[in-house]
Amino acid sequence: MTRPGRPQRERVVLAHRRGTRMVHTRVEVQEQTEVGDALVRGLVRAQLGLALRLAAVVAGGMAALPLLNSAFPELAAVTVFGMRLNWLILAVLVYPVMYGVGRLFIRLAEQGERDFMGVVDEDGPSR
Amino acid sequence: MNSSTATALTAGGLLASAVATVAIGAYGVRLARTTSDFLVASRTVGVRSNAAAISGEYLSAASFLGVAGLIAKYGADALWYPVGFTAGYLGLLLFVSAPLRRSGAYTVPDFAEFRLGSPRLRRVAMLVVVTVCVLYLVPQYQGAGLALKTLLGVPVWIGPLLVGAIVIVNVVGGGMRSITFVQAFQYWLKLTAVAVPALVLLVHFGTEHPQLGGPLPPTVDRPTTVAVDTDVVVNVVDPAGVSATGPTLDGALEAPGQYTLPQGTTLTLAAGAQTPVVAGAPATGAQWIGNGGGLGGKHPLYQVFSIMIATFLGAMGLPHVLVRFYTNPDGRAARRTALAVIALLSLFYLFPTLLGVFARLYVPQLLITGKSDAAVLLLPVAAIGGLPGALIGALVAAGAIAAFLATSSGLLVSIAGALSTDVLRGRVRDFRLMAVIGGLVPIPLSLAATNLELSRGVGLVFAVAASTLCPLLVLGIWWRGLTAKGAAAGLIVGALSSGLAALVSVTGWVDDAAMRGWPATLIGYPATITVPLAFATMVIVSRLTRADVTADVARIFARMHVPERLGMGVERVPRG
Repeated sequence: MTRPGRPQRERVVLAHRRGTRMVHTRVEVQEQTEVGDALVRGLVRAQLGLALRLAAVVAGGMAALPLLNSAFPELAAVTVFGMRLNWLILAVLVYPVMYGVGRLFIRLAEQGERDFMGVVDEDGPSR
Repeated sequence: MNSSTATALTAGGLLASAVATVAIGAYGVRLARTTSDFLVASRTVGVRSNAAAISGEYLSAASFLGVAGLIAKYGADALWYPVGFTAGYLGLLLFVSAPLRRSGAYTVPDFAEFRLGSPRLRRVAMLVVVTVCVLYLVPQYQGAGLALKTLLGVPVWIGPLLVGAIVIVNVVGGGMRSITFVQAFQYWLKLTAVAVPALVLLVHFGTEHPQLGGPLPPTVDRPTTVAVDTDVVVNVVDPAGVSATGPTLDGALEAPGQYTLPQGTTLTLAAGAQTPVVAGAPATGAQWIGNGGGLGGKHPLYQVFSIMIATFLGAMGLPHVLVRFYTNPDGRAARRTALAVIALLSLFYLFPTLLGVFARLYVPQLLITGKSDAAVLLLPVAAIGGLPGALIGALVAAGAIAAFLATSSGLLVSIAGALSTDVLRGRVRDFRLMAVIGGLVPIPLSLAATNLELSRGVGLVFAVAASTLCPLLVLGIWWRGLTAKGAAAGLIVGALSSGLAALVSVTGWVDDAAMRGWPATLIGYPATITVPLAFATMVIVSRLTRADVTADVARIFARMHVPERLGMGVERVPRG
């Protein structure tokens, strides 16, 4: 420690090394270079895939209800907890299911965004 | 307890609700200064208050009155309406909420211009927005007319005028900033107004436990007289105790079967007599409690699927709902808001369902004329009676007026927002002028369309929204290949096809029985055809004009989908 300015310079270099990579990837996304655009495409594809999968599950389940009912009308007449099954499902149970799917989507979609930010901010894309 | 006291209580409830609306709106006015306040509440609305405001705005006359009425009349298949009204928000959450907010747009037409860079498309989108909102205002005003007529016995045109006046005053005063407070308040008012009678009747029901799904039609428990004011065809299963006086019938009905009751007929039911039920609705308890009967008319399975498509996708195309997502601070809050709305709606819809069931038990005489939209309003007095019944009736009346006011305010903000920024110069003065015009236009329309059930009418508006703005948003957000020409073509094709279907089904030009009922069913439930048609038109025309794809589509996509932390977001503001 003969010269007082030295530790300061070291710190700047370290931050600089991490910083350039962060700024590079950020700028690639912000300015839509090929790499940046590929990253955004990947994010959009992942989010769309997630939304479509969950929507398919919900829509498929809902569409199955009237079909099941017309194929097996006696099923709807089953009584569960003092309520007919068709009323129990349509008036009560579908609502918590929709809420649960919505919650799951938010969790996974934000996870996807965190992963994306992780790539952009820290490791940098593999080039 | 006489009827004039009950009427006075009801009038008090209506008045209190209207005064509270104006007062809370006036409180918000102090906060509204800039155009951004008027359009998007300066993008500062938190998740909870925005979710309550969206629910308050969304739960319209159709939900408050219509759902219970349809369930009383058609039974289990009508349950698809509240399910679909809620599921629409799941679609909105999955496909629209966060990217739409991140686009930084302030109205739906502004989003169209942001995404596709075409001022001409912006004008097409603006016309569609105004059309959807005006069509949606019609059932609100119509419900107001029906409610005031049922509750106070005033002529049917008073309701639309009154609601129109209050809404215009509120919107002109404070725009979006003040409307947010009003609508959040109105969600909780509506929830109370529908939950209290439902829970009280549930206790009542638990002690008596009458039969619901039996082989017989519902019975009246006291002598009842019903005046028929438009021609109606009813099914009579057991004519004992039923007599009619009128132009064609005189005296007790002789045999089971279908009877045509012309205008001016009066039906008298003895205590314990089975209620005749309007033709097309399930007459016996067993038919009513099972699924698969449809909602009047032929091809019930097709009807259910078409309702599912229209309501699941329709919420994604309702401009007054979409515009509220622009008021959240960021995309993350927009997602959470959509989820909270699902929770609030799920809680709410339990109660209209219960009330629909109770309406069939306690006011079955509504099934004779088929005008079951009044069920929620009549139920407390009929089933509970006395002072408690009148008090709950006043609460329900207050909730009903809140329903009309909340939805109409939101619609009017959207109309005024779109027109003032796209036709005029987007100043506060322009916003106010357009709010007055937009609030007046639907009044005559609502007086013309009195025969359609509220939920059916709203279902048709959902079909129009699902066939126009929904494909514009979904394809705009997720598909880079969309072009301005493709979007415009899809909007026009979707609007014309679904709008014409709605018009024809309201006017009843198509014979119900023609060609095994398919034309009437397709036109009454058009979404299954018009939604894929609009999507297909947008995709095909975009492929044909693929040279027109916006040059900076990569930047636009990054802005819509990349989290705000990256700092790419830009808030758009109106010019002027």
